[in-house]
Amino acid sequence: MSQALLEVQDLVKHFPVGGGLLKGAAGVVRAVEGVTFSIQRGETLGLVGESGCGKTTTGRCVLQLEQPTSGRIVFEGAELTGLSQDKLRTVRRHMQVIFQDPYSSLNPRMTVGDILAEPIKVHRIVSDPAKRQARVRELLEQVGLHAQHARRYPHQLSGGQRQRVGVARALAMQPSLIVCDEPVSALDVSIQAQIINLLEELQARFGLTYLFIAHDLSVVRHISDRVAVMYLGRIVELADRQSLYDEALHPYTRALLSAVPIPDPKLEARRERTVLRGEVPSPLNPPSGCVFHPRCPIAVDRCSAEIPALREIKPGHWAACHLA
Amino acid sequence: MAVTPQTVEELTRAEPRRAGWIGAVLDFIRQRPLGAIGGGIILVMVAVAATAGLLAPYNPLENDYAAMLSAPNRDHWLGTDAHGRDVLTRILYGSRTALMVGLGASLIGAVFGALIGVGSAYFGGRVDLVVQRIMDVFFAFPVIILALAVVAILGTGVGNVILAIATPMVPRCARVVRSSALAVREMPYVDAARAAGFGHRRIILRHMLPNVMAPLLIMATAFLGEAILLESSLSFLGLGVQEPTAAWGLMLRGAAVEFAESAPWMAIFPGLAISLAVFGFNLLGDSLRDALDPRLRTQ
Repeated sequence: MSQALLEVQDLVKHFPVGGGLLKGAAGVVRAVEGVTFSIQRGETLGLVGESGCGKTTTGRCVLQLEQPTSGRIVFEGAELTGLSQDKLRTVRRHMQVIFQDPYSSLNPRMTVGDILAEPIKVHRIVSDPAKRQARVRELLEQVGLHAQHARRYPHQLSGGQRQRVGVARALAMQPSLIVCDEPVSALDVSIQAQIINLLEELQARFGLTYLFIAHDLSVVRHISDRVAVMYLGRIVELADRQSLYDEALHPYTRALLSAVPIPDPKLEARRERTVLRGEVPSPLNPPSGCVFHPRCPIAVDRCSAEIPALREIKPGHWAACHLA
Repeated sequence: MAVTPQTVEELTRAEPRRAGWIGAVLDFIRQRPLGAIGGGIILVMVAVAATAGLLAPYNPLENDYAAMLSAPNRDHWLGTDAHGRDVLTRILYGSRTALMVGLGASLIGAVFGALIGVGSAYFGGRVDLVVQRIMDVFFAFPVIILALAVVAILGTGVGNVILAIATPMVPRCARVVRSSALAVREMPYVDAARAAGFGHRRIILRHMLPNVMAPLLIMATAFLGEAILLESSLSFLGLGVQEPTAAWGLMLRGAAVEFAESAPWMAIFPGLAISLAVFGFNLLGDSLRDALDPRLRTQ
């Protein structure tokens, strides 16, 4: 196996809650609890899960927007955790992010042109101002906007246009990895398709690598090479797209997949559904053993006692279930 | 590559902002007549301060011992003081002192308050805690006491008075700005700036500060009136601007007290000037707050 672009090992992120100046923390939210995965250059890894399962926190830790509690993050062969601010700054050039909400991810006081020119200027990618303007125009065209949009403010653009600006900003630094944190969840379905196609087009053109975080299984299926499913801070299944969607091994993945509607009423009526009971437990106080066992339709005694490890059950297909 | 089609609505929305600038002022006047009156008073005051040399009938420092303590008459519309100086002239020139001290103190207070507030919110954690507790110490003093203490340390004079009045403004401004900056800090565009590897200074100055300008402007305007009042109080106490500079608070002091019954014009007119100026700034400040309040303004 060639060296991965990004390797995440046993990533843990706990958030202390409550408490005050004199009291210690009242509890700990176990947002991410030992997540391990790697992404090869040019690949798209989809990261799916319900709200609050820790997928966004995982992305933020990779970007070093959050300091992980423990674990290793190796990007382009360099360990990121514990890196000094200065060194981190140079690494960040190669790692970018696209956010969910195109309304709040752009500074309302800056024109689109300034938003795109700033990283190019700060990182001295293009130092000549005239050439920088040319680069901004080029970026705008690459994401399907016009050169004239450079003079607009974000509030003068539509949601889809803003998200294109967000994509252009990520491209401005010529990164190798882009963390897409639910980049289409806030958009209309028709715009979603446009942005997804744009991301795929840019990936083919510039050889980009994506960590694609989403809760929409159909979107993830469309764009990902491999998919990781998270539940309560852990990866429960990790496989290439085909085997995950065709023969899911983990009961949680199967339940998720059965919740995706099929656009054919006859098929939809005939298929069997796994409906999960109960709610997602609180990450403040996760269940013992397998975190999924209280809701699992096939749980046995062992599940509440022993935490299942993420095992390679078939080549390239990993699952964290005693019964898989 | 697909190009997003532009709707008519988008094109009209994309009009340059400047076109609506005069319209915005007219809207403000129509919707907030009181604020417009305040703004008018301030405009007159600024115009008077700028042209005091042309408007004033006399030299503000010139003594005319032949016309000491004269009541308002054709030569001296608002009368003269105990040194025979023309009251109208000194009020006109006094507006310069008032504006200089008011603007200077507001500017200094707003700049330092904003930097401390945004920095405190941006770094958060222990830095925030320590900075806010220091601000609390300043808060514990009444405004006038704090200003008096600064004058006591630095001495009197226009420059020191400006600093003395700016000092109590800094923690007030810092607190208001911090609360807005805390919200701005959580915005994805600040995360994007951090992920882009920008330095702290750039994030604070370019990405956070411009987005807390609305509350800052409101604070600064509201404080202008207070600063003018404070300057007058300090001057009245003899700890502000010193004679023979024309300053409203100064005109209320000394002989004006002594001759309050026989020559009331010496105190009444500068008093009216102070009231009018403070009234104007407060009216405008309140209306600006209502018009620019970020919670009402998000749309």
